[in-house]
Amino acid sequence: MQFMLLIYSQEGSGPQPGTDEFGPFIGAYMGFTQKMKDEGKLISGEGLQPVATATTLSIRNGKTQTMDGPFAETKEQLGGYYLLELADLDEALKCAAEIPTANYGRIEVRPVAVYD
Amino acid sequence: MQSPNQVDAQITRLIREEWGRLLAVLTGFGGDLSLAEDCLHDAVVAALQTWPETGLPSAPDAWLITTARRKAIDRLRRVQTNASKAEALAFWQWQNAPEAEELQTLPDRRLELIFTCCHPALDEKSRVALTLRAVGGLTTSEIAAAFLDKQEAMAARLTRAKKKIASAGIRFRLPDAEDLPGRIDGVLQVIYLIFNEGHRGSSEQLTRTDLAEEAIRLVRILSTCLPDHLETKGLLALMLLTDARRLARKGPSGAFIPLEEQKRSRWDRGKIREGKRLVETVLKAGPPGAYALQAAISALHAEAPDFARTDWTQIVALYDLLWKLQPNPVVLLNCAVAQSYATDPSTALEQLEATGAGQHLQAYQPYHACRADLLARQGRWKEATVAYDRAIVLTEAPEEVAFLQARREAAANSGQPSS
Repeated sequence: MQFMLLIYSQEGSGPQPGTDEFGPFIGAYMGFTQKMKDEGKLISGEGLQPVATATTLSIRNGKTQTMDGPFAETKEQLGGYYLLELADLDEALKCAAEIPTANYGRIEVRPVAVYD
Repeated sequence: MQSPNQVDAQITRLIREEWGRLLAVLTGFGGDLSLAEDCLHDAVVAALQTWPETGLPSAPDAWLITTARRKAIDRLRRVQTNASKAEALAFWQWQNAPEAEELQTLPDRRLELIFTCCHPALDEKSRVALTLRAVGGLTTSEIAAAFLDKQEAMAARLTRAKKKIASAGIRFRLPDAEDLPGRIDGVLQVIYLIFNEGHRGSSEQLTRTDLAEEAIRLVRILSTCLPDHLETKGLLALMLLTDARRLARKGPSGAFIPLEEQKRSRWDRGKIREGKRLVETVLKAGPPGAYALQAAISALHAEAPDFARTDWTQIVALYDLLWKLQPNPVVLLNCAVAQSYATDPSTALEQLEATGAGQHLQAYQPYHACRADLLARQGRWKEATVAYDRAIVLTEAPEEVAFLQARREAAANSGQPSS
């Protein structure tokens, strides 16, 4: 079954570019992505631009409204995701634990709905 | 010929005893806990309609499995979407169906059921509730009573938990070897709660007794799977040592008998020996966990020749260690009881009140029963009577109410001439 692993963290809370920690941090992400690819589990996975770039759209009474910024103004923002093909929740939780951001942010594990 | 009421009672007891095993077998067919529970429920309804007329079948559990399986197939056929998948599943279930006489040879899948119910993706209270429901076969209202919750809230909790298991990818299987130690702690907690339910007795005595045996059996299976896991051994020891006193806790008419007045000759020496051996093994192997410490306390009670010659000082010391692992006001309460014999009731009560534990324990029956006892033993009769009244209001089991009533009357009568 497919699982979406949503990566949440407070922007600027992880290792920042230019610090000694940044290289190993990015390396860990690349290692995890490669491992998922090698094991045939990776469907997709991307990082997102900061929430400052977000635009939120809604249509009410036929009228389209756009708003600068994310839908929910929370401390921890969606920063990226992995979409993985996995056996079960136990495996999904193990994968989530390997995502470097788990150490200072949070990973929300969501099964993908199947319509049949 | 049995009366319909007798058959009803037999059915109710059978279903309580066999629920977990039947549900585990049915869940094993298709891996779907919700479907298994629904179709087992259907089978039980059918049994309640059929058996009072026909009498109990020779193998009631086989009858229930066969009926439940047919009901599952009916349910699957009614699912309109993806009919081929439903048919395939139904066929699979049929192919793997046991013949009635083979039922006893089916593997026990209750361990898988427990790990599913205790999955860490469920919140803790739901894990406990679901295990009691699915494995222990307790009714929703009994579970609600154990949690001091409303029945509707508990029913909603169970439904939510089953929905999550069905859709979140929680499989009906044993955890991977590397996850097992972490997962086992939660399971131990749940089993201990089932055990306590068996001993506390909020309903009929017989079924409660079986629940305690069931908890011991489950923890034995766990101990076989995890021979090096000390806390599993510790919990087994604790349960054996507690259970050894079971017979002595009840008088001939079912009246509750406190430790102080129990006939020690009625204690089960076999269970005590096994429990003590386990405690010694665990204490030698490393720093004791919370279950092992409680087992050690229980072992000190078990080896005392009588109540007065119990090693209360050592028990207080063990409770102090337990408090460091489990800073829980109930530990303070139990420590106060031991302290009242190691020193005296007034010192124990002062110490208990100094901890402020009382403010967390207002709804906890043993707190008021303990306070009442400590007050009565100091001759503070009026306060003791008030405390007994609080305890009685919070007590469910009729034999415990009777016990507390008797103590309350004794306190009230003692207070009469001087007040």
